[in-house]
This record gives sequence, C-alpha cells and structure tokens, in this order.
Amino acid sequence: MENTVIKSAKGEEIISVANTARWDLGTDFHDSIVESIYEDASRIANKSVKQIGEKQAYSFDLKIDKIVTSRWLGFPLMFLVLAIVFWLTVAGANYPSGLLASLLIDKVHPFLKNLAASINMPWWLDGVLIDGAYLSMAWVIAVMLPPMAIFFPIFTLLEDLGYLPRVAFNMDNLFRKAGAHGKQALTMSMGFGCNAAGVVAARVIDSPRERLIAIITNNFSLCNGRWPTQILIATIFIGGLVSPGLAGIVSAGSVVGIALLGILFSLVVSWGLSRSVLKGEASSFSLELPPYRPPRILQTLYTSLIDRTIIVLTRAVVFAVPAGVVIWLVANIHIGDLSIAEHFIQWSNPFALVFGLNGVILLAYIIAIPANEIVIPTVLMLTVLSTKLSGVGAGSGVMFELDSIADTANVLHAGGWTLLTGINLMLFSLLHNPCSTTIMTIYKETKSAKWTLVSTFLPIALGLIVTFFTTQIWFLFH
Amino acid sequence: MSTLNNCADCPAHNKANLIKLGLNLENVDYVITMAGNPNTGKSTVFNNLTGLHQHTGNWPGKTVSRAEGGYIYSEKRYKVVDLPGTYSLLSTSTDEEVARDFILFGQPDVTVIVVDATRLERNLNLVLQILELTDRAVLCLNLMDEARRNNLEIDIRALSKELGIPVIPASARRKQGMDELLQAIESVASGKFKCKPPKIKTRSKKLNHAIEILAEKILETYPGLPNVNWVATRLLEGDNSIIEAVRTGEIGSLHEEDLAIQN
Repeated sequence: MENTVIKSAKGEEIISVANTARWDLGTDFHDSIVESIYEDASRIANKSVKQIGEKQAYSFDLKIDKIVTSRWLGFPLMFLVLAIVFWLTVAGANYPSGLLASLLIDKVHPFLKNLAASINMPWWLDGVLIDGAYLSMAWVIAVMLPPMAIFFPIFTLLEDLGYLPRVAFNMDNLFRKAGAHGKQALTMSMGFGCNAAGVVAARVIDSPRERLIAIITNNFSLCNGRWPTQILIATIFIGGLVSPGLAGIVSAGSVVGIALLGILFSLVVSWGLSRSVLKGEASSFSLELPPYRPPRILQTLYTSLIDRTIIVLTRAVVFAVPAGVVIWLVANIHIGDLSIAEHFIQWSNPFALVFGLNGVILLAYIIAIPANEIVIPTVLMLTVLSTKLSGVGAGSGVMFELDSIADTANVLHAGGWTLLTGINLMLFSLLHNPCSTTIMTIYKETKSAKWTLVSTFLPIALGLIVTFFTTQIWFLFH
Repeated sequence: MSTLNNCADCPAHNKANLIKLGLNLENVDYVITMAGNPNTGKSTVFNNLTGLHQHTGNWPGKTVSRAEGGYIYSEKRYKVVDLPGTYSLLSTSTDEEVARDFILFGQPDVTVIVVDATRLERNLNLVLQILELTDRAVLCLNLMDEARRNNLEIDIRALSKELGIPVIPASARRKQGMDELLQAIESVASGKFKCKPPKIKTRSKKLNHAIEILAEKILETYPGLPNVNWVATRLLEGDNSIIEAVRTGEIGSLHEEDLAIQN
C-alpha cells in the first residue's frame, strides 16, 4: 500500500517533468512524429510496390459497390437479400424439423414412456421427467436446430464475402441520425440470428453510451426463435384472409412487415435513448469497405456449425429443460378443481383482453422466458387445457405441435382466437422481453442490473402500448 | 524468398515439423504475438498456426479481445497471442490499447505483423509504429493472391531490406506461405536472424534530449521497464492513457501482469 503511494507521488513527478519539457518542445512535434511515419511508409511502399497494367479486380469491386450501396438500389437489394436468406431458412428447415420431431417425439417419447412404465416409475416423476423435461428439450432441438444450421452458415458466408460492411454502410446514416453508432447496423443484423449473439457483437462499438443503446435495442431484431411463431400465425390469420393462391405471398409479406417494424423500433428507441438517458453525440468512425473475397464454403460450414449453432443450441436446451418441468407442473398441480395454469388463465383473461391478447398468451410468454421457440407449443397446450378439447394432444401438460396448420388453426379458433388476437400475438412476439439467455448475456456484457432491467422491461412496455392501441383502434371500426 | 519445389529436404517443407497445440499452452519456449490492421487475415493466419477455429469474418473489428493458442515447431513450443486489429498504436480505442500494451509490456519474443499486400502503404504506418516498440518482428505479407489479381508486383527483397525484418509473402486463406512463415518466426526467435529495423529519422536533437532525461526519471521509479523511450515520447506528446497509467502506477503493474501471463 505504502509502495503504491510512493509510486503515485513519483508518477506525478514524472508527469510534471514531461509537462515542462513539452513546453520547451512546442506544440507541433506530435504532428511531426506522425508525419515522419507517414513519409517513411510512403517512401518504402513506393520503392517496393509496382503496379503492372490495369487494376482490374479492384475496379470490379467498385462496380459492385456502386450498386449495393447506391442510394436507390441499396435498401431494396438489402431487403431482397435478407428475404432470400429467411426464405431459405424457413423453407429449408421445414423438412428436417419434421423429421427430427417425428423421431424425437413420435418414436423416442413413447419408447421412454413404455420404459418408465416397465420399471414402475411413479406417474409424477415420469410426467416431470419425460413429458416435461424430455419433451421440451426435444421440441427445442427439433424446432431450433434445422433453422440455425441453415441460417448461421448462410449468414457467415455473407459475412465472409464482405456484404455485412455494405449493410452497415447503408444503415450508418440512419443510425447516426438516431444518435447511435453506425456499427449498430452490424449488431442488429446479428440479432436476426440470435439476440444473445447480437448483444455480444456490440463489443465492436467502443463508446459505452452507444454500445448500451445497441444492446438495449437488439431485442427489436426478430430472432430465429420468433420467426416460426410469426410465420405460423401469419399463415393462419392473415394468409387465411385472401385466396389460397395469394396466401403464401401475403403471409410472408406480413412477416417481413413485422421485421421492418422491428428495425423502425430499433431506430426510434435509439433516438429516444440518445436524447434522454443516454445523451450524447454519435461518434464518427471510418468504415472500411473490405474487398469482396470468395467465401470458403467448407470451412465456413464447419466454424459456423461449431461456434454458433451448437453453442446457442446448448444454451437453449439448458434453459428449456427446467421450463418443461414448470409447464408440466402448472398444468398438473391442482388447487381446488382447477390447475394452477387454469387459475392464472382465468384470472388474467380480463386484463389480457384489453390488449387484444388472452390469458393463455400471457402465461405462455411467462413460462417460455427461457426460449422463444417453445411459445407456440406452450400456447397450444394451454389452449387445449383451458378449452377442454378432447381428442387432440397427448394429455394435460404435454407440449405438442400439431401436424398440420389446419389442425393448429382449429385449436386456436376453438380457443376464441380472432384475426385481432393473431395480429397482436405477432406484435407482442416482436415487442416483449428478451429470452433469459439474452437477459443473462446482457448482464454479463453490461455488468449492470439497472441496464439489464431496462433492456428487459422497455420492450414489454412498448409491446403493451402498441397492442393496446391496435386493439382500441380495431374496436372503433368493428 | 520464393521457394522452389526441389528443396524437399529444407526444414520448411517438412510439414511433420509442425504440431498444432490448440489451447495447450504449458511450458512454452517462445511467446509470439500477431498484430496488424483490421481485415488483413490475422485470425486466418492464427488458425493456420494453432489449428484453432477462431471465428473469422470479412468485416473489420471482429477480434474483440486477444485470443491465444499454441504450436510446436522444430521441437520448440510456441504460444501465439492474436491481438485485435488496429490502424495505429497512437490513439485511444480499446482495441489499440490492448494491442499496444501487449507489444509494449508483454515483450513477446517475436511479433508477427500481418499486412494486406494490396494496401501496403497504409499498412506500413502500423508496421513502422510497431517497429519502434520491438526489433524482433516478422512481416507476413498476406493476401498475395489478391495482390496478384490486382496486378501488383511487390519486391520482397527491397521491402525486407528497408524494414530490416524477414518478409514472407503468403495467402493464408489458401494456406500458402505458412511453412516459410514458421521458419522465419523460428529464426527470429532463436536469434539466427538479427533484425535491424529502421529508426524514424526526422527527430530533433532537442526532442531526443528531452526523451533521454524523461526516460532516466521513469527508470528511477520503474527499473527495467521495457520500451522506456517510447513511453517517454508518449508522455511528451500528452497521450492521456499513458499519463493516466503513470499517474496511477499502473504502468508498472502492466509490465508485471504481462510477465506473469508469459510464465
């Protein structure tokens, strides 16, 4: 301790010597140091580098850049690229998801049930472990693994190719006008894959103020776990409004609309924060547009599978297992005549209806905090439970997803869902708290309970406001 | 520096000489560090050497803190520290501080500077700044395939002579030039190659005198502090982060910390 005091006194002494000397040297010597480095660099480069013939490749890069970052084509091209990536993800994931589901749920699940019965496992233990923990894990793997295994490699290929800095270049101006950092465009794009990954990516932003804004608003990027919810609900409620021929395009369009709304919220909230609690100027940065490089396909597949897919999936499974236990418990523990789940649904229904939602949705979002992926199975399970439909599902408290969209639609309509409920669920899916993995990541990155709470509750507040007004306006016209 | 195919007995061609260690970093003989501008393929070179799969991507600034790995070459164990990419060591972003502090106080045995062959002039600014801090360095002239595509011809010999360090042309993405790089690192680490980096010429007597006096003063408090002249210059310039490090005494502990990491 004493040693530190002496050293810091000595430190002051050193600094004062430096200050006196600086006075003697004049002010421009820093510039002259920098200049001499630049001069040497240019001299050496001129000596050793020769340009032979045309700069072909470089001018080719420039031509592409003129198109992808042009004022008129930049944004439409960006949306087109994103739309293609999402379409590939959704379309490509469908089949392997179904395959995994039929293996893990239709084959392994009954097998485990039989095994448990053969060793006379008590019914509650069998329920908690197999119907709760195992099924939720199986769902997360079946629903999450295929889209992630498609989305992350495609996204990494785009990154490898050099497209991401162009996206940031296009968005930079918008984010700076909102008082945020231009690189937030990059972290936002990462968030479309996984918000936790987007929050970590915000490390590329130096200024703590702008980094916080990027972290708080990352949740407005619709993540992988929420795309399936959006697509299913859009197909049932919005695609159902038009003729079957148009249904696909209309429902896909409404999902892209929700994603764009998310970007809009990201900008508006950044603007609000940088003019209130996180006041400050946007710092400028020079963004270098790197040359386009041919992506290395095999290596990208390997690293994105190991680094991103497996890690994110493991974290989701870790959270989904306890959630599965909770779902089973609330559906099977009875107080009086009704289960805990039914009590909550009946109690919260009047409140939820003000926002055009229902008690089932609220409970599902509370239970499904660990992973957005399990929202739809939870909603269906709770709907069946609360409307006492017979002949669907596998018994109370067992998460399931129905084979066809028509079956799902029937359950939801029986549960009293309307077009308004569908729209509001899509809005609420965009605007609600981040999943617990992301919340934990936010805490790790910010080391601040306060900002973690802000990041958690700000989207919920916005979600309730938006669904409230949507509902009230809807009732004005109906 | 070009390698012909008929020198199969050359140690650089013996791939069996390289054993990738991944994260096994015990009892290292040499510590090497990798520095360079963002987006020059530093992480790719790092992965090639260590066999790790650190995520690489074509956008600046994705290595956010330093990554470490290791390999064995010619029976010596090397630890590799990959630093975040920076354009200079002079200003104040976190990336630049991480890179600067490690080269400055970590005293690596060899600093491998990875540069983009297609943007040599701008990359050289950082190279020259690093060569002010250390005289044991190897230049990895990466992205040679792109330079060729751009019809650029680079005189490797002249560049090596000017900088006074080995210059190895490479295309890390195609794993070209890695054997030569390993050999160059070894010869600098073992002292077989004596580097003679240039000193920045245009410096007044007055400035040199001031640096001398200040350096003496610093050494009184922190005996054995490496790169004391460089620290003195930054203090004279009024570099805030260095002033702060001197004021709090952190400059001494940084030195000790990095020594601890090495051991």
